[in-house]
This record gives sequence, structure tokens and C-alpha cells, in this order.
Amino acid sequence: MDQLLNDFSPGLFFMQAIILLILILLMRKFAWKPILDSLNDREEGIQEALDAAANAKKELQNLKSDNERIFNEARTERDNMLKEARELKETMISEAKEEAQAEAQKIVVKAQETIASEKKAAIADLKNQVANISVDIAEKVVRRELTDKDNQLKLVESMLGDVTLN
Amino acid sequence: MRVFQQTLKYSVVLLLTLSSSIIFAGSGGNGDHDKKGNPIDTQEEIKAYIKHHLQDSHDFTFYTDGQSGTHYGFPLPVILWDQGVKMFMSSKFHHGETVAQSGDSFYKLYHGKIYKTDAEGTITYDDHQHPTNVKPLDLSITKSVVGMILVSVLMLLMFSSLAKGYKKGPIPTGFARVLEPLVIYVRDEIARPNIGEKKYRKFMGFLLTVFFFIWILNLLGLTPLGFNVTGNIAVTVCLALFTFFIVQFSGNKDYWKHIFWMPGVPVLMKIILMPIEILGMLTKPFSLLIRLFANITAGHFVVMSLIALMITMKAAFGPVASTGMSIVLSLFISVIEILVAFLQAFIFTMLSSLFIGMAVQEHDHH
Repeated sequence: MDQLLNDFSPGLFFMQAIILLILILLMRKFAWKPILDSLNDREEGIQEALDAAANAKKELQNLKSDNERIFNEARTERDNMLKEARELKETMISEAKEEAQAEAQKIVVKAQETIASEKKAAIADLKNQVANISVDIAEKVVRRELTDKDNQLKLVESMLGDVTLN
Repeated sequence: MRVFQQTLKYSVVLLLTLSSSIIFAGSGGNGDHDKKGNPIDTQEEIKAYIKHHLQDSHDFTFYTDGQSGTHYGFPLPVILWDQGVKMFMSSKFHHGETVAQSGDSFYKLYHGKIYKTDAEGTITYDDHQHPTNVKPLDLSITKSVVGMILVSVLMLLMFSSLAKGYKKGPIPTGFARVLEPLVIYVRDEIARPNIGEKKYRKFMGFLLTVFFFIWILNLLGLTPLGFNVTGNIAVTVCLALFTFFIVQFSGNKDYWKHIFWMPGVPVLMKIILMPIEILGMLTKPFSLLIRLFANITAGHFVVMSLIALMITMKAAFGPVASTGMSIVLSLFISVIEILVAFLQAFIFTMLSSLFIGMAVQEHDHH
């Protein structure tokens, strides 16, 4: 300790204090302040760039999801439209079928009615013809009656053969 | 300008390397101050030589020719404050052999210190062999001061060029690329975690300066130029005092409260703790100054002793073995000393920022 105290040089201490003080002041002004400022600026710049990149990425993500959403919407809409169209088609077809059936039914009924009335007329006509023919036959039979009984029968038979029921 | 600066830088580095290799050869074997014609070869002489090296000196001696007694080096200006400024070159002392006259006062260099004497240079001693002559305040540009100025100029050149580099672009080029990570290291590993994100900026000037100042001076001490600045107690006292005052002046209310009236303990404890805390306030810088001083001094001492092994062990092992042993061991220790040079600068800065951090910390009330 005695040695240490003896070695302590007040002059050197004084010089060191002055040099260090001046050095700190000079270094602060000319070196540390600009260095630390530019380091800070650079780090902030890097941080900002990173943030911007992250934001851009996020926006891109948003855009992507938006696109996907829009795409999905469009698809469902298309699907819906298709479905509607199909349904419409089906209803149209079934309606048409029903209508056609009804029409056909009507036509059939009409036809049946016509047939019935025609049939009636035909039957009436036939009755008239049968009556006329019967009268004709009867007339001829009556005319040939005189000659022969056998001839009479032949005649009837031939006449009946002529008659066609149409 | 830039080219000139670079040339200057490279020539300084070259000079350092060259001189290291030349002077290493000299410093181990011969080079005697006191006894002309004899190489330093006894235990006592080596001890005295090492002791002489560890002290500051008033001239810059690279190498002394033991045979002829000539010193190769240059004198440094001596500035004394003794009823007015006295200035002369240290060559007037002739390495302590003659009395220097300045005006009508006479001074003598004795064991690295300047004493005021009469015209004959009589030095009176007390019982402990300490001179009783008056010591004028010695503001000389000693070897250590030269070292400090050299390092200051180097630092200013290096870091102002780094600062200027940022004007050209955000990424430094060349040598600045080496310096920038060091600055970032001090900021991110030393200042920020210890002082805190909000307040560290204010202390960066001091911390960075002290870190590089100590580191470069430590490294300079490893070159055989013979600098031993950070192993000088006056220098470390000054550095530690800077930390001490910065801590005290930046201490907030909580800091003083924790020293004088520790919160959260009984009143009796508060009274007991007060002197302990005050003592702690003083031991912190004390530990700083002793640690740096002791580490660097010990490093120099060990390296020089190991170099001296080649002389002290010559009798026992023969010249080849002792030289080989000396080279291997001193190389090994020198490598460790390079690490220690950084480590001590780091520890000093680290602890300084820790103490500052403790002083400015916002305590949550417990």
C-alpha cells in the first residue's frame, strides 16, 4: 500500500484527467454521436423495411383470401344458378307433360264421343239399310214365290249372300 | 486526404510491429541504466529493471546499449509547477545522472520522480530511505502521457473516419467495418442491458471512450514500446473516479434513498445499513481501479519475468533450453495477455455501466 501511494503521481493523474475529459468531449462530438445516430437510423430503417414487408405480405394474404372468397361466392352463385335452371327445366318438362296428357285426354274423350256418335249414326244407317234390303228381299221373294218353292229358298240364300254388313 | 489518412494508419501499424520485433530482442538481454558495461544478469538487476519498466518515465528509451551505455530513444518535455511553470526537455537529466537547472531552481530525477534539490543535487532521505526533498507538481509529458495522447489521436482518427463513412452510405467500408461491430457490441452487450433501454444513450460517450481507451492502451502495453499506462495507479484512479462521479451525479432519488435510508427494513437496520452502503459507494470504484491496475501490472510483470528466464535459468539449464523455455512461456502468457487486455477493458466498462445502471434504475416499491 505504501508502495502504491508512493507510485501515485499527482501530475500524471492530472494530465490523465484532462486528456480523458477532452477525449470524451471530442469523441462524443465527432465520433460517438454521429456513429450512434447513424446506427440508430439504420436500425430504424431496417425495422421499417421489415415492417413494410410484413404489411405487404399481410395485404397480399388479405387480397388472396378476398380473391378466394370472391371466387367461392361466384362458384356458389353459379351452382345456384345451375340448380335453379335445372329445377326450372324439370318443372317445365313436367308441366308440359301434364298439359300434353290433359290435351291427349281431351282428344281421346272427343274422339270417343265422335266415335260414339258416328257409331250411332252408322247403326241408324245400317238399320235403315237392313230395313230397305229386307223390304227389297221381301219384294223379290214375293215376286218369285209363284214359281217354285225351291227357287224361292235359293233366291233368299243368294240375296243373303249379297248382303254385307258394313 | 483519405489516402493520406490510410497511409498514416498503416505506417503507424508498421512502425509498431517493426519496433516490437527490434526492441524485444533488446529488452530481454541487456540494457542497463545504472551500471554501464554490464548486461543485466543478476536477480536484483532484473527486478530493478522490471520495476523501472512498470513505472512511468520522463524519456522514451527504446533500447539501451549496455556496453557503451548509450540510450536509443528521445527525450520528452518536462513541465513542472513550482512557483510558476518550468519547462525543459528531459535530456537535461541525462537519465538521472545530472542535475537539471531551470531558472534558478535545480531538479533531480531519482527513481522516476523529480525532486527539487540544490545545485549539487543532494537528496536527503528519511528513515525508510524515502527522499525528503520537495516534489514539485509534475505535469510532464511523460511516456504514459505520450501513450495516452497517441491512443487519443488514434481513436479520434479511427472513429471520426467511421462517423464520416456513414455520410456516404449506411454500410461502412474498409477498416470501419471492423470498428462498427465493436461499437455495437459495447452498446448492445454492455450499456443497454445494464443501464436500460431508456437511459443508456446519455452514458454511451463515456462508456465507449473508456472501453476503447483502456483496450487500446492495454494492447499498446503489450508492444515492446514499453508503455505501461493502464498499469499505472494514477491512471486507473482517474478512470475509476470518472465512473464514481458519473454514478453520483446521475444517481436518482431512489439511489440515495437506498444508501441513506434503506426502504423496507426496520429503523435499526436502516441505521446499521447506512455506513455499509456509504462504504459500498466507495468500494465500487476502488475495486475498479485496483482490478485494472493489478491485472495489467501483473501481466507486464509476468511477461517480463518470463523473458528474463533466459538469463536467470541460463546457469541451471544452459542457454538453449532456458531461451526456448522463455520463448514458449512468454509467448503463451502474451497470448493470454491479449485476451486480458480486452477482458479488463470489458470488465471496467461493464462494471461502470452496472454501477450507473444501479444509480439510475427506477425501483418498484417493495
